[in-house]
Amino acid sequence: MPSPFILDRTSVTQVMAWVLAALLPGIATYVWLFGPGILVTLSLATVTALAAEAAMLKARGYAVKPFLADLSAIVTAWLLALSLPSLAPWWLIVTGTLFAIVVAKHLYGGLGQNIFNPAMVGYAVLIVSFPVQMTHWAGPNELTSVHLTLAQSATVIFGGDMPRATLDAVTMATPLDALRTGLLQQLTVDEVMTHPIFGHYGGVGFEWLAGAFLLGGLLLWALRIISWQVPLAFLAGIWLTAGFLNFFDAGRFGPPWFHLFAPSVMLGAFFIATDPVSGATTPRGKLIFGLGAGFLTMAIRTWGGFPDGVAFAILLMNLCVPLIDQYTQPRIYGGADKEPRA
Amino acid sequence: MSRELFKFKGGVHPPEHKAESTSRPIHAAPLPKKLVIPLRQHIGNPAKPVVEIGERVLKGQMIAAADGYISTAVHASSSGTVTAIDLQPVPHISGLPDLCITIETDGRDEWVAHAPLDYQAMEPSQLRMQLRDLGLAGLGGAVFPSAVKLDPGASHACTTLIINGGECEPWITCDDMLMRHHADEILQGVGIMRHLLGSTEILVGIEDNKPEALDSMRSAAAKLDFAVEVVKVPARYPGGGAKQMIETLTGRQVPSGKLSTDIGIQVFNVGTSYALARAIHHGEPLITRLVTVTGHVLRPQNFEVLIGTPMHTLITLAGDRDGTTGVLMGGPMMGVPMPNLDVPVVKATNCILVKSAELFPPLPKALPCIRCTRCADACPVELQPQELFRFAKAGDFGRAQEYHLFDCIECGCCSYVCPSHIPLVDFYRYAKSEIWAREKDKRAADLARERHEFRQFRQEREKKEKAEKLAAKAQAARAQAALDQAQRAELAAAPAAEGAAVSDTDAKKALIAAALARAQAKKSDAAPKNVDQLTSEQLHQIEEIEARRTKIRELARKPLESEEKKP
Ligand code: SF4
Ligand code: SF4
Repeated sequence: MPSPFILDRTSVTQVMAWVLAALLPGIATYVWLFGPGILVTLSLATVTALAAEAAMLKARGYAVKPFLADLSAIVTAWLLALSLPSLAPWWLIVTGTLFAIVVAKHLYGGLGQNIFNPAMVGYAVLIVSFPVQMTHWAGPNELTSVHLTLAQSATVIFGGDMPRATLDAVTMATPLDALRTGLLQQLTVDEVMTHPIFGHYGGVGFEWLAGAFLLGGLLLWALRIISWQVPLAFLAGIWLTAGFLNFFDAGRFGPPWFHLFAPSVMLGAFFIATDPVSGATTPRGKLIFGLGAGFLTMAIRTWGGFPDGVAFAILLMNLCVPLIDQYTQPRIYGGADKEPRA
Repeated sequence: MSRELFKFKGGVHPPEHKAESTSRPIHAAPLPKKLVIPLRQHIGNPAKPVVEIGERVLKGQMIAAADGYISTAVHASSSGTVTAIDLQPVPHISGLPDLCITIETDGRDEWVAHAPLDYQAMEPSQLRMQLRDLGLAGLGGAVFPSAVKLDPGASHACTTLIINGGECEPWITCDDMLMRHHADEILQGVGIMRHLLGSTEILVGIEDNKPEALDSMRSAAAKLDFAVEVVKVPARYPGGGAKQMIETLTGRQVPSGKLSTDIGIQVFNVGTSYALARAIHHGEPLITRLVTVTGHVLRPQNFEVLIGTPMHTLITLAGDRDGTTGVLMGGPMMGVPMPNLDVPVVKATNCILVKSAELFPPLPKALPCIRCTRCADACPVELQPQELFRFAKAGDFGRAQEYHLFDCIECGCCSYVCPSHIPLVDFYRYAKSEIWAREKDKRAADLARERHEFRQFRQEREKKEKAEKLAAKAQAARAQAALDQAQRAELAAAPAAEGAAVSDTDAKKALIAAALARAQAKKSDAAPKNVDQLTSEQLHQIEEIEARRTKIRELARKPLESEEKKP
C-alpha cells in the first residue's frame, strides 16, 4: 500500500450527512408554516429511494451496504421531496423518486457517474407528465382556513377519502403560479401582487422558507462542503436577469427580490446547483454554471411553459458541464496562462 | 524578520506528531556488526565499486566512485572488511534488491586520512569534484548530487539561496533537531554555498511549529559576517517542498518544467548544508546522518546513524513494541513502505516511522469520485486531481498529460482530503509509469525507424549515384560525339559540364537536408509534452517509477470497487 498513509476524517457519508443536516432548518420552517404534510412526503421519498438504491446496487452487482451508507440516495430523495408540492399524491412521489434513482442515477453508472442531477430529473419527468397533480401545494397556514394534521396529510397523500372541499381549502397556488396566471390574464405585476399570497419579498410563508434554505446553505459554505461560486453566481444570474427585465417593464416582469425569494431558488442555489457530481468543477466553470442556471431559470419562468424553471435550468447546465470544465481549466503552479488543448 | 510572506495554494494540516521525537536528545547509534552500503543512494548513475571482496577499508574511505556528472561517490561508514559486493534488499518502493557493498566492521572505527579543504583557495570546478568525491547529496529526500546543484552554470546566477528548514511532513524531526543543536555548522555550510553560487540574498525558511530551531538558527545567524535572514513560515503541508518554500519566501513560482535556478534561486536542505560543512571543514565524506525513529516505538527519538546501518537495529534501540503493522521510510504523506527491516539506512533516510493499527488505521475502501473538488482545493500545484484521476483510470494518458500530470509532485494532499478515499496518487504514479514506458518504446521504435530510413536513403543515393554516373558517361559519350562532329564547340561544352556537376552536388545536399528534417520532425512528434526538460524531482520520480511499474500496473488495473486494501 503506497503513500499517503493517513487520511483526513471527512468521508462521503459525512458530506452527505451535513447536506441533510443543512436541510433541517428548511424542513422545520416548512412544517411550521405549511403543516406537517411535508414529513409524509419526505419519509415516502426516503423509503422509496433506499429501496430503489438497494435493488439497483444488487442488480448491478455492487456491495449494498457501503453504498447505502453513503446517504446520497437520501439526499436525492429529500431534494426531490422538497421540490414537489407538499400534498402531491403518493404515486407521484414514488414515480419521481424511482425515476431519479433508477434512471438518472443508476442507469447512468451510479454514484459519481450521473450527468444530470437525479432529483431534478425526477422533478422534470413529473412536471412534464403530471402537471395537474404538481399543483397540490399546501397553502401557508396563515392564509388557509383548514390546517391538516399529520394523519390528515397522510390521508390526502395516500389518496384516502377527503372531501374535495377540504382539499381546496388547504391547497393554494404558489406565488410563482399566481404571478404567471395573473400575467396571462393581462394583469400587471402590481395588480397581481395584491393577491394575499404575496408577502414582503416572495410569498407569504415562502419567503421564510427561502430564508431557512439560505441559512442551511450558508452552513454548508462555512463547512466548505460547497463552494461560494455556484450559489453566488446562481443568485446573481437570477437577480441580474430579473432586475434587467423588471427595469425595462415593471408591469410585465416581477421584481428581482420576488424571484430570489422563491424557495426553489434558494434550494436550487445552495443544494441542487451545488451537487458536485453533475456540476462544473473548476472555479471559473462554477461561476459560469451558476450564472447560466440563474439566467435560464428566469428565461423559463418568463417565457417558458412552466411557472418555475430551476429544475430545467440546472438540467440544461448539467449538459454543458463537460464543455465548461474543459475550457475553464485553471492555470497551474508555474504554468503559462494557457488552457489545455481541447 | 518582518519579511512579507506569500501563500501557496492548497495544502493540508495533518496532525503533526512532532513532539514525540523531540523530547529526547540526539543519540549516536552504536556501530553495527555489518554495514550494507548501496551504490545507488542518489539520483543519477550508481557509483562504481573501487574495492574488492576481502579488502580492508577504513572509515571514510571511498568504496565506490562517482560515475559521470550526475552521480556521487559512496564511502565506508566505518573500518572493516568488504565481505560482499552483490544484490541486497534496499529501502526502495520497488522492493527490488540493488547492488550493495557489505562491510564486516572491526569495531575500531579507524578513520582514513582526511583533512579540511581550503575551499576559498580552490578552483570552483575542482571544489565541486571534491564534493562529488565526498559523496554529497541532498538530504531533504531527493538526494540529488550536491556538486551539480552547486554549479551556477554559465547563464544562471543564483542570486537567492534558500535553506529549507520547513520539514513539513508529520512525525519527522531530524531537521528540527539538527537546527536546534548544530545551527552554527549549518550556517558554515551556507557560507560555502554562497561562495560557490555567488548568492547575494540568503533566506532560511523554518515552519512556525519549530520555535526552538528558529531561535537557535537566529542566534547563530546573528554571529555571521554575512547576512542570513531566518524566516518563520506558517506550518502547512507541503510548505517544506522546495517550490512551495520558494513561493512562500519570494512570491515567485518556478515555471512548469523549469528549474528554480532558471529564476535565480537555489534551494538546499539544512541537513545538506550541515553535511557540506562537515565535508569542507573536517574533510569528512557523507557517512552519517540524523534519522528520526518514531511512531509505534517505546522511545521515539533522533539518532545519528552510520549510512548502511540496518533499520531493525535502530527500531530495537528506540524500543520495539508489539502490534507493529509495518515500517515506513519517510513520513506518512510521502513515505515508502519497507519490504523488510534488514534494509540499511541510506542518505535519503530521514525518518523510520513504525506503524501500528491505532496510529495508522487501515484506509477505508474507496468509493467512486463524487467530483467534489476537495482534492483540487488541496493541490499545491493547482492541478485538477479529479480529472487526472478520471483520465488515468480510463487509460487516457494523453489527456492526463495535457492536464499537467507531470507537474504533480505526488505530495498526497489530494488523497488525504478525498472523501471517497480514492488512492489518487497511485493512479498518477501508474499513469506516469505507463507514459514513461511508452515513451521508451517509442524512442526505441523511432531509433529503428530512423536507422531504417537512413538505410533507405543511402540505398537510394547509391542507386542515384550509379544512374548519374551512367548518365554522365552517356553524356560524355554524347559530348565526345558532338566534339567529333564539331570540334569548335569544345570550348563551350566545358563550362556546361561543370554546371551540371554543381547542380548535382546541390541536389545531393538538398536530399540530405530533407531526410534530416524528416527525422527531426519525427523526433519532435514522438516526444510527449513536458517530458523533455526534467527537474531533479522528475528524475527522481522516473527512477522510482521505473522500478515499480509492474507492481502498480497490476494494482491500478483492478476495478476500483473490488480493490482490496491491505495495510
Ligand atoms: S476529492 Fe475525491 S471525490 Fe472529491 S473530486 Fe477529488 S477525487 Fe473526486
Ligand atoms: S499528489 Fe499531485 S495531484 Fe495530488 S495534491 Fe499533490 S501535486 Fe496535486
